[in-house]
Amino acid sequence: MVNAVINGSPISIKEGSTILEAAQAAGFPIPHLCYLKDINEIAACRMCVVEVDGIDRLVPACNTELLEGMHITTNSPRVRTARRTNLRLILSQHDSSCTTCIRSGNCQLQKLAHDLNIHYQPYTVKPEKSIVDLSSPLIREAGKCIKCMRCVQICDKVQDMHIWDVLGTGSRATVGTVTGDGRIGTTNCTFCGQCVTHCPTGALTARDDTQAVFHALADPDVVTVVQVAPAVRSAWAEQLGIDPALATTGRMVAAIRRVGFDYIFDTNFAADLTIMEESSEFLERFTHREEYRWPMFTSCCPGWVRFLKSEFPELTPNLSTAKSPQQMFGAVAKSYFAEKIGVDPHKIFVVSVMPCISKKAECALPTMKDACGDPDVDVVLTTRELIRILSSECILPNELPEENFDSPLGSGTGAAVIFGTSGGVMDAALRSAYHLVTGENPNPDAFSEIRRGKPWREGSFAVPGAGTVRVAVVSGLSNTRQLLEIMQRGEAEYDFVEVMACPGGCAGGGGQPIHEGQEMAEARGNHLWALDAASKVRFSHENTDIQALYKEYLGAPLSERPHHLLHTDHSAWDVPSRQK
Amino acid sequence: MSRLDIKAPSKADEVVDQLYRSMEQRIAASPPGLCPVDMALNFVNLCRAQTCGKCVPCRIGLTQLDNMLREVLDGDPAPHILHRIEETAQTIVDTADCAIGINAGQLVLQGLAGFRDDYEEHIRHHRCLCTVKIPVPCVALCPAGVDIPGYVALVHDGRCADAVRLIRKDNPFPSACAYICEHPCEARCRRHMVDDAVNIRALKRYAVDNAGNVPQPACAPATGKKVAVIGGGPGGLSAAYYLSLMGHKVTVYEKRKALGGMLRYGIPDYRLPRHILDQEIQSILSLGIEVKTEVDVGTDIWLERMMEEYDSIYLSIGAHTDKKTGIEGENSRGVMSAVEMLRSIGDGNMPDFTGKQVVVIGGGNVAMDVTRSSLRLGAAKVTCVYRRRKEDMTALPEEIEGAEAEGAELLTLQAPLRIECNETGTAVALWTQPQIMGEMDNRGRPRPGAAAVEARRIPADVIVVAIGQGVETSRLEYAGVVVKRGGTLLAGSDTKLPEMEGVFAGGDCVTGPATVIRAIAAGKAAAANIDEYLGYHHEITADVTVPAPHFSDLRPRGRVNSTQRDPRERTGDFKCIECGLTCEEATQEASRCLRCDHFGYGIFKGGREETW
Repeated sequence: MVNAVINGSPISIKEGSTILEAAQAAGFPIPHLCYLKDINEIAACRMCVVEVDGIDRLVPACNTELLEGMHITTNSPRVRTARRTNLRLILSQHDSSCTTCIRSGNCQLQKLAHDLNIHYQPYTVKPEKSIVDLSSPLIREAGKCIKCMRCVQICDKVQDMHIWDVLGTGSRATVGTVTGDGRIGTTNCTFCGQCVTHCPTGALTARDDTQAVFHALADPDVVTVVQVAPAVRSAWAEQLGIDPALATTGRMVAAIRRVGFDYIFDTNFAADLTIMEESSEFLERFTHREEYRWPMFTSCCPGWVRFLKSEFPELTPNLSTAKSPQQMFGAVAKSYFAEKIGVDPHKIFVVSVMPCISKKAECALPTMKDACGDPDVDVVLTTRELIRILSSECILPNELPEENFDSPLGSGTGAAVIFGTSGGVMDAALRSAYHLVTGENPNPDAFSEIRRGKPWREGSFAVPGAGTVRVAVVSGLSNTRQLLEIMQRGEAEYDFVEVMACPGGCAGGGGQPIHEGQEMAEARGNHLWALDAASKVRFSHENTDIQALYKEYLGAPLSERPHHLLHTDHSAWDVPSRQK
Repeated sequence: MSRLDIKAPSKADEVVDQLYRSMEQRIAASPPGLCPVDMALNFVNLCRAQTCGKCVPCRIGLTQLDNMLREVLDGDPAPHILHRIEETAQTIVDTADCAIGINAGQLVLQGLAGFRDDYEEHIRHHRCLCTVKIPVPCVALCPAGVDIPGYVALVHDGRCADAVRLIRKDNPFPSACAYICEHPCEARCRRHMVDDAVNIRALKRYAVDNAGNVPQPACAPATGKKVAVIGGGPGGLSAAYYLSLMGHKVTVYEKRKALGGMLRYGIPDYRLPRHILDQEIQSILSLGIEVKTEVDVGTDIWLERMMEEYDSIYLSIGAHTDKKTGIEGENSRGVMSAVEMLRSIGDGNMPDFTGKQVVVIGGGNVAMDVTRSSLRLGAAKVTCVYRRRKEDMTALPEEIEGAEAEGAELLTLQAPLRIECNETGTAVALWTQPQIMGEMDNRGRPRPGAAAVEARRIPADVIVVAIGQGVETSRLEYAGVVVKRGGTLLAGSDTKLPEMEGVFAGGDCVTGPATVIRAIAAGKAAAANIDEYLGYHHEITADVTVPAPHFSDLRPRGRVNSTQRDPRERTGDFKCIECGLTCEEATQEASRCLRCDHFGYGIFKGGREETW
């Protein structure tokens, strides 16, 4: 333990704590801006400076260790002036058009300027010039960047992709991309969006596609269909000021219906469909081992697919050919469903609500036009865009009754809802694969050891009649790279590997609501596991609408129609670094 | 009003003078890797402030250059901006009335020629690809990338053995370098901005002198791969050291009687005591390195055969042949090369110069080594003859000062003409042609030319030629190694030989005569690349935790310099002339370190590479 005095109060705290942590514990929060625990402790913004007796200069609290006997003052005339001056300096290069900024109301800089009572700017304000490129789903506005370096650190330390870096030196030093031609779309960015959810300001955002949706809603000739991804229901209400007990899936459906969509469907339906195809594919591979490359990888996360194609292209054939649930949904909506309601599929406009930015790139791939030749999914909205739509439409969800998804693409099992969290796809696939082999259902909780814990988990499960299946589950791309490298060195061997690009899976996705300094993936994931546990049906193959779909339209899993609509050739497009 | 006043600087002049000095120090401590376009802009700005304002090209032209450079940097330049910058700068050079403008224009032109790619990247992609890769100046400038802030902090805390362990991660010769490294690390030490560079080498010397015996780490499990290292100098032994740590079986082939290369056969004992060198080599060999001395590759054993026997080969044969002056009488008795003389001393055969007049030809560090050794060998008078000025000598200033303090005579601006001998063929004098300084060459060194005065006779019993060394390439060339026009081996920065699979080379034999630390760095790079070539990726690391930094004391404070033994006393023996720091001195000096590994960019990126 270390003993010190902060603002006159004695404090005792464990050795190795920073002044920031100690002061926080003592009830003296210190303002900070660039700091992100364990990831960005570089003391760049100088907001957290404090006075330490005996030290000439002011000391940053975020990365200075508390030493025995220190006397610290967190607020003093000198500290106050320094903080205010530095904040004004930051603001002198920040495009403070808060009223039209996506992050207004959820911006650390705005909050700090408000909290520190900055209402006058003596410096000439000249933000860096922004060149905004809307061709990619991930947008950077240089004028709003405060060079806190969080994006660089997240991309380096958590995702190990090194897309963002410091460009230039001297006072013109800024953040940008070293590879490609300067536009993010020409790099191998996976669009995981972790930089966006860790940006303290509006410098990094996802492209806003809400107007395209309103345009479709306003067109009387267009049938609008919306699908909602599993992880969205765990986060949609976080920033709407609703009592968590009221933030149910049913109320979310009711709110979305008020926006005016013709059909509100559930991506869970497509997740069950994915399991039918993917577990059949796995069994086909598993029982014809020598014809395939091992292990098989899940393919539902587009960030992961981009990662694999750029970083380990030689492993691309290991990806399951099954499309992601979002894309399966689009393909079914513009074929089976269009036929069912007797509408020209070209008149159907499919919107997805996803916890993800990469999904915006996935739906635009040239290979995702299998139903009628148009893109199977027209627009992808992030959870944050959904929230903005609800707000702008003045919809008050807590006043609404709970409603159901529409039929027939609106039903989903417990096995589907867990697609939104790390380990869920594997769990769901194993449940159905077991049934496919044995004709019997396993205990739905038989595979629970791969559900939680470390970001990289493994297990092996005996499937009577097929053998022992060795699986691994990993999330976060740095962890993923390590797993693949260990696999390539022959130090680990698996049959089936589930990868999600964002730490914790889609629950912690780059399109989810942003909470400063808080990682929400675990809590949201737990919410999804609880929904699974409470489901009446917990096996994808028991979804009666899915059974009907196969019977009426698709035939058997992996047969010709599913092959055309529900599977894809991952090698038919290239990531930027491999394009000629 | 008085008719004449005495010139007295104003208060402002005095302060500006001080600021100039601070700025000079700041420029000296400029971090590596800055955007050259941005620097060019700021140089132009300084020039703008210096213009007197009379003439158009300088007054307005520099302002327009400033505007155009800003346009480039701000990412919104007019079309053909580079052409306009070039035209404007050339016009300033051609038409400015005085050097203030001419030189400013030249500066911009030089930049356009030197870093046009950077200009174009800014113009085309509105970005700058310059980035501070190694933000810690001392580490960036150390060829081997030794963790200097790390070991300085350890010395500060009195953890000398840990300091040695940490140094060994990147340099297996902490002791040799503690005594004789040219310390490029100190050149841009950020402490310059406050007062003066930290005395890094002296702190390393304190660490090795006070560490006791520090055992070597354990080697990785044996890989069964065999590597031959040809040449047992600092570079070869460094490669052998790291390859052994990685688990490969290494055999070092050495042509001379003992290992050490130039550390033994080039550097005199009074700079690097022999027992220190021997201990260090023994410590390196304790990893299980096999040594074959007095084996000459190309004579006793063929490279082709070794290529069959070993999985990989590292060539580190150094530069041990002497360059000739080509003057008349060079083959006379009493004339020898520095290489010969130092080699003989290295093997313990001390030439007897008692009462003799020795003349040394050359102005580099080797010339100083033979000058000072000659004094210790009993010479009555030692004269060092050099064809340029003292400030043009390539020897370290402290070496030149040391030689002068010990009583050597420097005779500058004298080009050797011929050696006069007596009837028995023994040299009796060196004739020189006095020189006058001429124009600068393209590296900024003035060329000497013959002055219109008569030749000079310098009586001499012994003449030592120390004008450079070459590489013994003939036998390697025969075996297929490519030799460049300058007489050095052709190898890439990855130490690979382009034409020979599995053969690597580095150190003096590739660069020409250079420093010990550059040879060590090449050996380290070769070890990493040979390991990869053999199909491994062993990581070298030091199990040492560097103390967290405390608060930097930024109050200007004098640098602690090492002291030397009394010149009159020290010329009587070959014992070490430099005295180590006391504990008090070392602790104070270590506390001057600004810990750039933590403060500034280091905490963000590149502050510490824990493995390689």
